[in-house]
Amino acid sequence: MTFEAFADTILPGEKRFPGDVTVAGAAIGGGAVASGAVAVLRTDEGGMAPALDNLAEALNGHAGGYAAERGLSLDPAVPPFVALSFPDRTELVARLTAPTHPERDIWVSVAMFSTIAFDAAAHLHTVDALAAGHPGMTTMGFKPPQADGLWRFPEFSYGRQLAHPHPDTTPSGSPA
Amino acid sequence: MTAIESTDVVVVGSGFGGAITAYHLAAGGARVVVLERGPWLTGQDFDQDFKFGASSTRAFDFTIGDGMSVLAGNCVGGGSVVYFAAMPRAPRFVFERHGSIGRRMWPAAISRDTLEPWYDRVAEALPVTRQDWPDVPYAGGLWAAACHHAGRTANPVPVAIDNERCVNCNWMMSGCRFDAKRSLLLNYLPAAIAHGARIRPLHEVQRLERTDAGGYRLHYTVVDDVDYRVEVGGGAIDAKIVVLAAGAGATPVILQRSADTLGPMPAAVGRYFSGNGERLNTAVVDEDRVREVLGLSRSDGVPYEAYQIGKGPCVATWDRLDGSLPEYLRYSLEQLYFPPGFGTILAQVPDATGPTWFGAEKKELLRHWKSWLTIFTMSEDDNEGVFGPPPPTGNAVRVSQQMLGRGALRYRPTENTLRGWAASDAEVRDILERDGLARVMPWTNDVVGAYTVHPLASCRIGDDPATSALDDRHELRSHPGIFVTDGSAVPGALTVNPAMTIAALAERAVPAIVEAARQRGVAVRYGAPAPDGATAGRDAVLPLVGGRAAR
Repeated sequence: MTFEAFADTILPGEKRFPGDVTVAGAAIGGGAVASGAVAVLRTDEGGMAPALDNLAEALNGHAGGYAAERGLSLDPAVPPFVALSFPDRTELVARLTAPTHPERDIWVSVAMFSTIAFDAAAHLHTVDALAAGHPGMTTMGFKPPQADGLWRFPEFSYGRQLAHPHPDTTPSGSPA
Repeated sequence: MTAIESTDVVVVGSGFGGAITAYHLAAGGARVVVLERGPWLTGQDFDQDFKFGASSTRAFDFTIGDGMSVLAGNCVGGGSVVYFAAMPRAPRFVFERHGSIGRRMWPAAISRDTLEPWYDRVAEALPVTRQDWPDVPYAGGLWAAACHHAGRTANPVPVAIDNERCVNCNWMMSGCRFDAKRSLLLNYLPAAIAHGARIRPLHEVQRLERTDAGGYRLHYTVVDDVDYRVEVGGGAIDAKIVVLAAGAGATPVILQRSADTLGPMPAAVGRYFSGNGERLNTAVVDEDRVREVLGLSRSDGVPYEAYQIGKGPCVATWDRLDGSLPEYLRYSLEQLYFPPGFGTILAQVPDATGPTWFGAEKKELLRHWKSWLTIFTMSEDDNEGVFGPPPPTGNAVRVSQQMLGRGALRYRPTENTLRGWAASDAEVRDILERDGLARVMPWTNDVVGAYTVHPLASCRIGDDPATSALDDRHELRSHPGIFVTDGSAVPGALTVNPAMTIAALAERAVPAIVEAARQRGVAVRYGAPAPDGATAGRDAVLPLVGGRAAR
């Protein structure tokens, strides 16, 4: 739950079902969570999986401290980070990833994996992800491949000169 | 005790610096072993796939440093497999730069004129060709039209691409499965193998030591072909000559780690790192304004929406490559496609009210991804980067099975560098926000520091022993027989894509390496033709090498 809430802070989405508490519902359409952020974090390839339990604990510790600082009372039924509002999650993530924060490498890495879930579906073959309507890549408008699963774009150019080359260009096309 | 293998020459790394030297030395008769820490991928291995474990993660290293992250090749063929094949020659003023040392940083022996015949050798070998406008994809066309509208010039960039084979799929950063990109896998490397060079992938060199015979012993580990964090073997190999070409993010680290056994390193090893002054701006273009202001339209009536289509950088404006401008204010601006998976996290939201690189507004920015245009600045930085103590192995503490690691590079941009970046940012904005064409924001440096795909100068050539690790023949000072021929030898930022210059310098370094090998009793001579047998480039340089190495 904690990492769903973190990933949803990075690239938010709409709630998946009534009463969805980890996805804050701060944006239309699927976000990083629906795109598979937690699956990406759990991949063997990513290298984050063994550390996730400890990281969740640490993140919730930060959330508890943040809430105490702000005088917020958090719902004890869910982890502290999940209990934060979307603006508070956002503020806390901004702090944790700021250039001066001692743990920034860790939280930037989690943010990076959350982003990669959305923009690249790194836990799935890209062809399969698009065929299944992957929320992130679909939102971005990533074009599907040809029938053989490969991308080619036979039409790719405006086909005409659109600027004057620099006068100091060599015959081979380099700067003089 | 296991017998230590021996050979004439060990080349560390198989990118431009390694492949070119390996070819010429093997063709000249030397026994050559190439140790490459990445996998050996070809043809069908090159996936059009963003899944972890596909070729794009197998063939890359993304090393996060303190203030600078480096994206580099990690495979047989090195950077040539994952680069965008833009191959301009560096402008004349680059070789006259003073940079951070206050006087000319390049060796006196090298200028644009003296390097030209070596550039020609590379251009013949790959080959490098001038593009025509119909070869330029929509994104390059859009950039050209915007430059023209703003009163600027713009050039199609010379490339090492076979346009007849290219399908404009824009997957070339994962390796080209259509063999349209003329990587080293298609020219120097097969030619080197044909002459007996042996290439060993997944062999990561850790350190060097001297042998009693006056040569060098290289200690390597063999890494697992899926999980590069796992060591599956190791060994050592003796050589009379060592050519280090592991890349500007790794060559100095190997030398730093070898200082205990080799003796003190020149002070410039691991210093003066340059990120080639690189910086990216993301523009989100207004499709209607593209039609109305620039008069652009595709055959289907859509003005642009073509970020995904194409083949990397194809058009640059060189108006600021003007030698009369002050140093640090000269730069090129090049259209670039940066694919998803590390390509979007650093893009910032123009006029954001909340966080600029994540959050709800960032998601909206991604909704317009098809209408993005990325502009790549290559400027004159101040060689600010310094490598800290080397990690236990490799050049980074690897986080993921592949690709992601944490390195010891520290980079704090100086006022000079920041001024150049600010000027280039302002120019991109002036061109692309003119008449409402787009909204533009630079990538943020606050997440993983500055960012370069062209690391340079961490072990550079020069005439001054205090500020250069190598002499002008690329030999490591105080360590005869060790040569460095990769991007780390380039003295400073080039203001254009550096592969052509790295390759030309490697070509230029070969005669001296041949000479050094001969002095150590290796029966080798200089004078091989281009990998495909062409001889014009060779014939043009033979008079320059004085006939010594060509005997």
